[in-house]
Amino acid sequence: MLKKAGESSGLEFNSPAHGNWNIVHTGMLLPEAIQIYVCADNCMRGVVLTAAEMNAADRFSFVIVEEEDLLNGNLEDVTIEGVTDVLKKRGDHPKAVLLFTVCLHHFLGCDLERVYEELEARFPEIFFIRCYMDPIMQKHGLTPDQKLRKSIYDALPERNAGKSDLERSVTILGSDFALDETSDIKRLLKAENIEVRELPTCDSWKAYENLADSRIFIACYPPGKYGLESQAERLGKKALYLPGSFDYEEIIRQWRMLEQTVTESVRDAEIDETIEREIALCEAVLKKTRQIIGDAQIMIDHTFHPRPLELAKLLLTYGFSVTRIYLDAVNPEEKATFEWLKQQYPGLSYEPTIHPEMRVRPRKEENILAIGQKAAWFTGTKHFVNLVEGAGLYGFDGIRKVAGLMIEAWQEEKDPEDLIIRKGWGCESCI
Amino acid sequence: MKRSYKIIPIYTADVSGVCSALYELGGMTVMHDPSGCNSTYNTHDEIRWYDQDSMIYISGLTEIDAVMGNDEKLIRDIEIAAEELKPKFIALAGSPIPYMNGTDFEAIAKILEQDLGIPAFSVPTNGMHDYVYGVGRALAEIAKRIEGKREVTPKSVNLLGVTPLDFGPQEHVDALIQNVEQAGWKVLSTWAMGDTLENLARAPEAEVNLVVSSTGLRAAEILQERFGTPYVTGTPIRGFMKTLLNAIEEKKQVAYLEKGRHIGLTGNELEKSSENQIILIGEPVIMESLAAVIETEYQISVRVICPLREKKGLLADGDIAVCGEEELEQALQSLKNVKGVVADPLYRPVCPENVAFYELPHIAFSGRIYKKKLPVLAELI
Repeated sequence: MLKKAGESSGLEFNSPAHGNWNIVHTGMLLPEAIQIYVCADNCMRGVVLTAAEMNAADRFSFVIVEEEDLLNGNLEDVTIEGVTDVLKKRGDHPKAVLLFTVCLHHFLGCDLERVYEELEARFPEIFFIRCYMDPIMQKHGLTPDQKLRKSIYDALPERNAGKSDLERSVTILGSDFALDETSDIKRLLKAENIEVRELPTCDSWKAYENLADSRIFIACYPPGKYGLESQAERLGKKALYLPGSFDYEEIIRQWRMLEQTVTESVRDAEIDETIEREIALCEAVLKKTRQIIGDAQIMIDHTFHPRPLELAKLLLTYGFSVTRIYLDAVNPEEKATFEWLKQQYPGLSYEPTIHPEMRVRPRKEENILAIGQKAAWFTGTKHFVNLVEGAGLYGFDGIRKVAGLMIEAWQEEKDPEDLIIRKGWGCESCI
Repeated sequence: MKRSYKIIPIYTADVSGVCSALYELGGMTVMHDPSGCNSTYNTHDEIRWYDQDSMIYISGLTEIDAVMGNDEKLIRDIEIAAEELKPKFIALAGSPIPYMNGTDFEAIAKILEQDLGIPAFSVPTNGMHDYVYGVGRALAEIAKRIEGKREVTPKSVNLLGVTPLDFGPQEHVDALIQNVEQAGWKVLSTWAMGDTLENLARAPEAEVNLVVSSTGLRAAEILQERFGTPYVTGTPIRGFMKTLLNAIEEKKQVAYLEKGRHIGLTGNELEKSSENQIILIGEPVIMESLAAVIETEYQISVRVICPLREKKGLLADGDIAVCGEEELEQALQSLKNVKGVVADPLYRPVCPENVAFYELPHIAFSGRIYKKKLPVLAELI
């Protein structure tokens, strides 16, 4: 039984597929910044070793919350003095500190305003970014991940709000990965001589600040939508939410919306021609992919892309044998697709990834092509597409890329035990 | 400030310790926590997670359930899962928020036991202790519950305090067992790797319990109290076996303090031996056992620095207990004539640069990072 997003699901199991980024990985995108966490041992262990595994231990410090702090009610002082001590010991001067407070701060009613005011007074040269590691809140509100995808842009300065830019650019917010150079958005903007700015490609604080130069902010990754809307409002930018999709109509709608936003005179006939060509290319690639993969069963999981159901619909439409989707809830953005799949393909199975029974389910299935790390683990196949969060895929180009990755995965075996246990797909990994 | 850390990580915490200790015993272990304890454990602290099934779950505690004290949901969720999966027992481990709320885990365990007819118990963790406490308390709960008779099998031992956190994969544990058995002592049970709950119930038959890491001490004390089984503390490292066997034969409680360590680092010997000393950083029983071998076999003075909290009675004279990164750095800086430091590689940034550093990876510290370079402790020296 699929749950609504955020609904409680009983006891939970966590598979050993760890490619999806966590708050440490995302926080490390901010150049010339460090992260400081204030929490108890067990929570700390996970984040400090995330940093160590990505060879970024030197950008990570922490303060341990102890039992007595819960009784003394002095978490403000513990946080202020602990962070101060860490910064003095480190001796470096980061441009920004991503300061992560946790569930305990929330439950003890810690006066975070006082904490930040004091730290900002003590270290006026450092920008303290308000970050949260409070998963206890995530089923009833914004997740720590969503909040971080907003706050990581809090240090962007107000620049050129509402003016036409001398340097024409668009900024993409909220993604862990830069869009592929061949992605629809980049090709379209390049044709208009518009530069694309993205946090994953920023290598300095200055480059980060320059993200604020653009007149238009875009988010393509759903967890980044809240940050997009917040920052666009704060900085007076035009916000465009263009989530990655596998649905032709949606892709066309987004294409037109972007074209209309960045160009003064939209050439409808030209766009129609372009779109027709793009779809024809997709169809050719999908047809070829279908010939190579044949009737092999395809299983998709939700960590591969925020729109796993759309991908299933696309593949089924082109005759692929998609038989199972691993997901724990239906994203509201995919509700209509879910209903369509239920009607058109009632035999398609949906398996949860966190249900307790999934721990002991046999994991040796033959002739399976898995799309996503969790699907790879649950099926035990060595033929899998190893990618998370949709990476830099976008639009028609994204469809063609997925097809290419499917062929590669079908023709070449991979070692899931080596690959999917690594945290933060695309990050350095020293394990 | 001892609680602030600029670069090194911290040890595995108590919640993960509980899960690690009970992993292979066929029970269901439930961490009562929103999320973090689960991913920390199965990513960094559990090298068996990929291919060895075990019923380790998280409750997914939410804000509203924590505020309202909705223990009913936890009970219901566990009961649903237990009825489906039929675990041999149910263990509950708490995290910071339930600790703050004063969640009555003992009562919840009683309800579960009554409702399901499955043995259930809680391990009083809160995510704020290190793994020694968590593993120790979990194994102690097993020791409290086993039903067995004290019908002694001569020259037999149980190995207490065995988890991958200290010893790595099963093959490394097999090497420990081999050292003991080659010395003529039969290993009846290993707490708790490569063994079953049923076999652990044979523990009272052992002549002696061998505490191979500090995580086994609590269970040893309980087994001594319940069945009168004496215990000896020391790790069956090849070069240490002679000393360890003497201690077992003579039922001396801490093997490494009886020979070598105690004598080598007291009185006049201290100054003499402090020339060109080696520093070992880590878990007290393993490090002290290693230290004893190095001192007796190679005549090199060794000093152990123990950053873990539970070490009472486990350190030799002159060894140093530290709490946190800052105290560790101060201790390292205060020592003179240090020839080398042996420690997990992630300690390197706080060790003196002009001193040789010898890597000794420890999963309970660096997690899986150096899994491929883990030495077989039993065969190290």
